[in-house]
Amino acid sequence: MSTELSATRLRDTLGRMMLMRRAEEEVIDLAFSWDDQIRGHFHVYIGQEASGLASCMALGPNDYVFTTHRNHGHVLARGGEPGPVLAEIIGRTTGYNKGRGGTFHVIAKHLGILQTSAIVGGCIPLAAGAAFSIKTRGTDQVSLVFFGDGVLEEGAFHEGINMASLWKLPIIFLCENNSVPPEGRRQGQYPTSSLAATQIADIPRAMNIETHIVDGSDVRAMWALLEELVARTRAGEGPFFVESRLTKWPGNRGQFPELIGGRYQIAWAWDPESADPALQAWIRESDPISLLARSLVDEGQLSKDEVEALDAAALKEAAEAKAFALDSPIPAPEEAMDHIFA
Amino acid sequence: MTWMTYAHALSLGLQEALEADERVVLMGAGFGGFRADPKAYAPIRERFGDRITNPPIAELGYCGIAIGAALTGLRPIVAIGTGSFSYEAFAQIANEAPQAYYGTRGQVTCPIVFHMRTGIRGAGALQHSQSPQSLYWNTPGLEIVVPGSPADARGLMKTAVLQSDNPTIFIDHEHLQTITGEVDESQDAIPFGVAEVKRQGSDVTIVATSVMVYRALEAAERLAGDGISAEVVDPRTLVPLDKGTILASVAKTGRVVVADETQRSCGVTAEIAAIIAEEGFESLKAPIKRVAIPDVPIPYHASEEAYITPSVEGIIAAANQICR
Repeated sequence: MSTELSATRLRDTLGRMMLMRRAEEEVIDLAFSWDDQIRGHFHVYIGQEASGLASCMALGPNDYVFTTHRNHGHVLARGGEPGPVLAEIIGRTTGYNKGRGGTFHVIAKHLGILQTSAIVGGCIPLAAGAAFSIKTRGTDQVSLVFFGDGVLEEGAFHEGINMASLWKLPIIFLCENNSVPPEGRRQGQYPTSSLAATQIADIPRAMNIETHIVDGSDVRAMWALLEELVARTRAGEGPFFVESRLTKWPGNRGQFPELIGGRYQIAWAWDPESADPALQAWIRESDPISLLARSLVDEGQLSKDEVEALDAAALKEAAEAKAFALDSPIPAPEEAMDHIFA
Repeated sequence: MTWMTYAHALSLGLQEALEADERVVLMGAGFGGFRADPKAYAPIRERFGDRITNPPIAELGYCGIAIGAALTGLRPIVAIGTGSFSYEAFAQIANEAPQAYYGTRGQVTCPIVFHMRTGIRGAGALQHSQSPQSLYWNTPGLEIVVPGSPADARGLMKTAVLQSDNPTIFIDHEHLQTITGEVDESQDAIPFGVAEVKRQGSDVTIVATSVMVYRALEAAERLAGDGISAEVVDPRTLVPLDKGTILASVAKTGRVVVADETQRSCGVTAEIAAIIAEEGFESLKAPIKRVAIPDVPIPYHASEEAYITPSVEGIIAAANQICR
């Protein structure tokens, strides 16, 4: 098993990360420019693309993924198509749940995403339950659950990781801690969170769960770690806990994100000073797409023209997905009474 | 037909379910309950020990784990113990399990049974006497089973575990455990949403659930001595509810007492009374009467506890008021 991604996979990875970002930009556009298509609050995954994509790349097709209210990126990372994802987000019948769940609940059964809980901590026992089911049924599947650092404040988290550890369940707890300043993303630094613990990792370690801290904006480091942990989980060595350290995108302001300085421009990757001042430090040090694009060009693996072509393709695919979503039917009102009971 | 206790019948239903489908697993071994006959439940542990998981004291966590298992191919039965403990798990039972099917428009099912010992059991006091079925009735997507006889306990458990693909609340009153009744072991599972007329009568209908079925049957016997012919209807499941049998009985008698051991406001009696008022008003010759727990927590001492417990005497008094 190679611990490095081939040039082809790196290019595809960058392209997918760009698609994830461009799709989220369309979500923001749908929310603010298209007659209030989302209506309520919503959460985007901008700035966390490397973490989710590298994790999903390490999984197999039969594995389970559980996620949260910040799920759009995870579903796309898992292979979801942007059209049905955006359609679901605005409640259209071509969405993965025919518009029933919306932005909070982009469930995608065919991708092993069976429940998307928008309750902080809700996904932890569910994902542990999938792992319990895997172990009981004797298959070699893996359950992976994405969640934010706030989940560690919930009781469901502590109960769930305790049982996962007691019963040696095949699960990876993937904490995407987006509260970390750039200088704190490596091991040995402190997270910021509303937790009395010094380190997030201290808590799963107290439950005897092997824990790893990784720079979640570094797609190669993230993939190498997850590739190893997924294999070890499949071999029965789980559970594992990963703290994927991320630096919050400056546009992630409260419950309503804002595209500071407009949509992301790939030119910012080459020249961070050309971005809005509020974004410059983030583009330079923390944005996984800018970091990967720059490093691939610096290494000679891709030219700037090739990167720009990837981005143009992502922009186009996301725009087409938005058009598909907007063209899709809305559910008939009386369908609200369908599917209450099996 | 075999004469057996409710505890033995429930245990029999569980064993039959475990035997019939290897996807059925037990989370928790608390079916023995607080005072139940340990002999009744021992065969489950002896025969299916490898399918029982004893979790830590973490209701929220293990109910959620069982839900996750139900989403991914198992059919778990969770023994929560006393119904009050389900409050610890409410976030998962009410806000995760019922959303799976509705949220995916039928793509994902959550076949799970939450079993709980409920009711005013005697000195359970403030926190071990709860009957949470009204709360769960306000949570669409959950089926609610309230058996009141050994045969119904067995038959409804088989349906809940083997046939229902919905999350199901199984309400098991502590005082039913030692009552006895006939069980036809050749009878199949009892379908949800089918009430049973437990006693025929012509003057007044008593709609009674769970432990109140026994109190209603005793009340009916004593009312007969006073010349009042009472019919006892047991819905057996609250969700789905067999409105037809209830309304047909009310149409026959014209009078109704609804008896249930939950609190009065927004409780089981309130909902059933509202349905009768809305859909059976023309049949009524007298106001609907309700026998329920008053809107108080459950006190400790026997004197106070008896005062607030829905009783045989309460049913008789209510029937007398409207049958004069």
